[in-house]
Amino acid sequence: MTKMTGKEMVVEALKQEGVDVIFGFPGGAIIDVYDTLEKDGTIKHVLVRHEQGAAHAADGYARASGKVGVCIATSGPGATNTVTGIATAYMDSIPMVIFTGQVPTALIGNDAFQEVDIVGITRPCTKHNYLVKDVNDLPRVLKEAFYVARSGRPGPVLIDLPKDVQNGRAEFDYPQDIKLRSYNPVIEPHGKQVERAYRLIEKAKRPVIYAGGGIIISNADTELRALAKAMHIPVTMTLMGLGGFPGSHELSLGMLGMHGTYCANMAMANSDVIIAVGARFDDRVTGKIEAFAPLAKIIHVDIDPTSIQKNVKVDVPIVGDCKRILKKLLDIVKDVGRPDEAWIDQHKAWLQQLDTWKKRHPLTYKMEPGVIKPQNVIERLYEMTKGRAIITTEVGQNQMWTAQFYKFDNPRTLLTSGGLGTMGYGFPAAIGAQMAFPDKLVVDVAGDGSIQMNIQEMATAMEQRLPVKIVILNNQFLGMVRQWQELFYNRCYASTEFEMTPDFVKLAEAYGAKGFRATRPEEIDDVLSKGLEAEGLAIMEFAIAREEGVFPMVPAGKATTEMLLV
Amino acid sequence: MKHTLSVLVENTPGALSRITGLFSGRAFNIESLNVAATLDPTLSHLTLVTRGDEHIIEQIIKQLRRLIDVLKVVDVSEGEFVEREMSLIKVRAEEEYRAEILRISDIFRCKIVDVSPKSYTLEVTGPESKLKAVIELLRPIGIKEITRTGNIAMMREKKTI
Repeated sequence: MTKMTGKEMVVEALKQEGVDVIFGFPGGAIIDVYDTLEKDGTIKHVLVRHEQGAAHAADGYARASGKVGVCIATSGPGATNTVTGIATAYMDSIPMVIFTGQVPTALIGNDAFQEVDIVGITRPCTKHNYLVKDVNDLPRVLKEAFYVARSGRPGPVLIDLPKDVQNGRAEFDYPQDIKLRSYNPVIEPHGKQVERAYRLIEKAKRPVIYAGGGIIISNADTELRALAKAMHIPVTMTLMGLGGFPGSHELSLGMLGMHGTYCANMAMANSDVIIAVGARFDDRVTGKIEAFAPLAKIIHVDIDPTSIQKNVKVDVPIVGDCKRILKKLLDIVKDVGRPDEAWIDQHKAWLQQLDTWKKRHPLTYKMEPGVIKPQNVIERLYEMTKGRAIITTEVGQNQMWTAQFYKFDNPRTLLTSGGLGTMGYGFPAAIGAQMAFPDKLVVDVAGDGSIQMNIQEMATAMEQRLPVKIVILNNQFLGMVRQWQELFYNRCYASTEFEMTPDFVKLAEAYGAKGFRATRPEEIDDVLSKGLEAEGLAIMEFAIAREEGVFPMVPAGKATTEMLLV
Repeated sequence: MKHTLSVLVENTPGALSRITGLFSGRAFNIESLNVAATLDPTLSHLTLVTRGDEHIIEQIIKQLRRLIDVLKVVDVSEGEFVEREMSLIKVRAEEEYRAEILRISDIFRCKIVDVSPKSYTLEVTGPESKLKAVIELLRPIGIKEITRTGNIAMMREKKTI
């Protein structure tokens, strides 16, 4: 066995875990690890301009690639700046490892310079975290952190490294396998439960699959598609589930919930069997819980037992990995071998009903002469990228219009902060995604509000020569809050109007990027093609209809059938 | 409904605060809490008394199990179990009260563990109801201070956590 310093162990573990890129910002308490990283030279480090950007970039990297995202920051303010990014990843179950520097162990608790109890602060927003007090523990902690982050229901894991631990020496024997006596996520489902689920589905007249982010995390999109097709069951997706089932598929009902399609919400309300897969019955999906899916028996497939029975009563719970469970279900379908026509016959009336709903209230918007409609921009973006781009979004109207009007056919092509709803997520996440896939087109759809929350990362993207494209839907409003004020606060626009927004074209130029602006509908295509084809980082700004709303909309606390339509 | 949970947890710094943080973060209630190492010094046994309907208790148990440091959670109050609590009670013990204190102590099989000219300290062990009774009887004499361990519990017969 070889002796190593703590800082060398960190770099060695990163290599053994297959990490090729990390995102971070240095400082006094983490300078030692940086020194080793630089001298070692095998791991690419992306220097951000704010630690929040590092956390979101690592998150975007993880979502796009399926690998563990890694970020690194110094103690105190460096560490606290990552917290929003950690909480964002935690809410959406994204595998991440966060390294933070810490003051020397002898000074911990002394209110030392740049000291903060980051392990205490992040306890409720990490899957697990560690303060390493002894360098002898470090090899095990490093191995555990990566294992915990990526296994079971994934999540962020933070390792706090006091300066003396980074410089301490110990034997380094990196464990190849790991077994934790207190952590054994259930992967393989209970066979009986899967059979029970099948029997319920077999009798269903009005079934619907409600697919969440778990489909994407467990790479179960192929199984989901096969199952939906084999049994002729329509599929609706949550925001996190978009791309887990092709949005352009004939069995797709689109997104459900607060800004979901009329058809998807009506389907849930009238269904007799709901098959929830990797979704958690979030309040934005269920609306008023008492009125949610009153007629349905519910099958709930999830790797996290705490998600089951949390918000709604479940008839058949199945704990395990979505992919394995769907595969088992598919095996039963094949074994039973009901002819295709039997399934079609059984669901014919239901699918016809869904079709009527689809046609009655499709996703739509009103065109107005001389005014750019944001939905139109997204539709054109979809058509011009042929749906092949990786799209990130910020949070608010830009996010919902993207979810509605961009048809995501493939998993890991929509990166968005679903659970926490973090404005400022999209752009740094796009940087992370572009690092994972240098040759893919990565587009951040932003609002003029959100983009300003992490605009400083323009410098990062330029420095790394990343050709990220930013679409800014500029209404000079914090549009989603303004929409609520319009609908529920008697149009009292308290602090939602921006009297000043920067000239985004000039801003792009100031960073050495390209900037384009459209103010009339006929300029949309031109600006999109110029921006998408420009070399390197580009901003495409669209001056959109200022008071355009996102519809349909289920007002908070109302039943999902009480939708406000266009 | 009152529930008594037995929790087996890694004996590491921070493990307890993860558990209490889970309760405060989700607005669950802790009525009493007792923690100490088990025969295996790397593990702690924690007894936690909480209140809530079936749905809340189910969530509490699942959330506890989700913590990486937690090995096992059992709602011992679901079956047959024994439950004990210990209390130290310091009472005024001027001349005129001493006989009465000793009588109460005798009836409830308490121990006098400390004596001073003006006070007696009683050690009382039993189920919560017994502690309550002793406290109520001593209260008129004058309780100067009281500490309680909170419940510890164990399933009956062969069952172990």
